[in-house]
Amino acid sequence: MRRAMVRVQTTVNGQPAEFLCEPRQSLLECLRDILGLTGTKEGCNDGNCGACAVIMDGRLVNSCLVLGVEAEGRTILTIEGLARGSELHPIQRAFLEQGAVQCGFCTPGLILATKALLDRIADPSEAEIRRWLANHLCRCTGYDKVVRAVRQAAAELKEACR
Amino acid sequence: MKWFDYAAPGSLTEAFELLARHPGARPLAGGTDLLVQMRAGERQADLLVDVKRIPELNELGCDASGTLRLGAAVPCCVISESELVRRRWPALAEVAAMIGGVPIQSRASLGGNLCNAAPSADGPPVLMVLRAICRVAGPSGERRLPVEEFCIGPGKTVLAPGELLVGFEIPPPEPASGACYLRFTPRAEMDIAVAGAAAAVRVEGEAIGWARLALSAVAPTPLLVREAGEYLAGKPATEDAIRAAAEIARDAARPISDVRGTAEHRRRLVSVLAERALRVAVARAREAQA
Ligand SMILES: Cc1cc2nc3c(=O)[nH]c(=O)nc-3n(C[C@H](O)[C@H](O)[C@H](O)COP(=O)(O)OP(=O)(O)OC[C@H]3O[C@@H](n4cnc5c(N)ncnc54)[C@H](O)[C@@H]3O)c2cc1C
Ligand code: FES
Ligand code: FES
Repeated sequence: MRRAMVRVQTTVNGQPAEFLCEPRQSLLECLRDILGLTGTKEGCNDGNCGACAVIMDGRLVNSCLVLGVEAEGRTILTIEGLARGSELHPIQRAFLEQGAVQCGFCTPGLILATKALLDRIADPSEAEIRRWLANHLCRCTGYDKVVRAVRQAAAELKEACR
Repeated sequence: MKWFDYAAPGSLTEAFELLARHPGARPLAGGTDLLVQMRAGERQADLLVDVKRIPELNELGCDASGTLRLGAAVPCCVISESELVRRRWPALAEVAAMIGGVPIQSRASLGGNLCNAAPSADGPPVLMVLRAICRVAGPSGERRLPVEEFCIGPGKTVLAPGELLVGFEIPPPEPASGACYLRFTPRAEMDIAVAGAAAAVRVEGEAIGWARLALSAVAPTPLLVREAGEYLAGKPATEDAIRAAAEIARDAARPISDVRGTAEHRRRLVSVLAERALRVAVARAREAQA
């Protein structure tokens, strides 16, 4: 066995990023511990809670179930990539305004799930929203406020497209 | 996780070389089973061979005869969004949209679902009733076998060391046929089946031409219940016939009791789910006939 660290070249939040990692390190560990992007959270580390969700090549993934080395050549969006300077993304604003954030631990994952959803379905039904968020656990909000936030964000983004 | 190396070969030849050279190697598709198991210490590997960059394993399309060629590593999201699959094999699109949740479907493949050989996997029963053929390849060539012969026990398959599941071939849907998969889970999303049933049916006028029924989570492997299909062939498509076939499925089930449910509960679920899945499959077949 070679037991060699691997150099990974990728794009994170629109910027080229390069890091050295062990093949066994998850993308979640690489983002948090190597790149210092601690907005992405570790909950269960086995695919069940969605706290670690990021968008890779346009698809929502649980970064705990992706190896860092698999990010080679891919494009990654994390929660840090949403706001423009001090201006929050409409989805982030909707979560704040609807009280869909309490402790905030689930929030980065939920916001990225919302982004992935609205990029695909501009005007989702409540059933579609709940299906898209089903992989995300939130101990605080009871989900209804989250669904309202997604609705608000959908409406605002649609308005902005006009 | 213990240390392992990683390789992402771009061809089957390269993958077979890697697997042959490293007896401790394991294929990696979406990783939604494998990485969880390795982190839990249930499985070890000193080399993960990522199969997602091999063209044959990413195929999704029809050949000249209308047969679906589905690569083993195609993620569920691509299957459920495919217009071709939704139109011709809706039950396949539906099960791809049922496995895990959205971020799981971005990664999870039906090849991994089958190779992991969990009795509770949702994909295999659907592949069985759709008569899918597995394409298995290794350094010495390719062999083909029906999906129902692929799993031989919990976590065990017919794959020899160094072999890969390349993909599935699913014959074109016959006219006046329909298929459906139903499972029982305590939660609507993000849960593992306590039991599941897939059915495919062809109707000929008021009668059933042929039928296939397969079950998940009620035997050491996903289970094709041939007797249920044989019983239905040629019978009028009535509620009585469907109920009798569901009873045959219940008797064929060999469930165990575990955290998800008792054997008795599972047997009861099989008759209910098989009955409902057959009913939906018949309705879809009639729709296709109309
Ligand atoms: C939160 C969560 C929810 C889930 N929900 C469901 C569910 O609802 N229903 C369900 O059925 N499953 C579910 N699963 C299990 C899992 O997602 C599926 O079984 C999935 O289809 C596995 O595919 P994969 O591509 O991720 O496989 P991997 O994890 O990459 O591989 C699985 C196994 O197959 C082997 N393998 C993979 N590809 C090949 C190949 N081409 N040739 C030879 N061997 C190969 C690997 O070595 C490994 O042993 C869930 C998992 C999680 C984490
Ligand atoms: S930490 Fe990845 S899904 Fe929970
Ligand atoms: S806000 Fe606390 S877990 Fe969701």
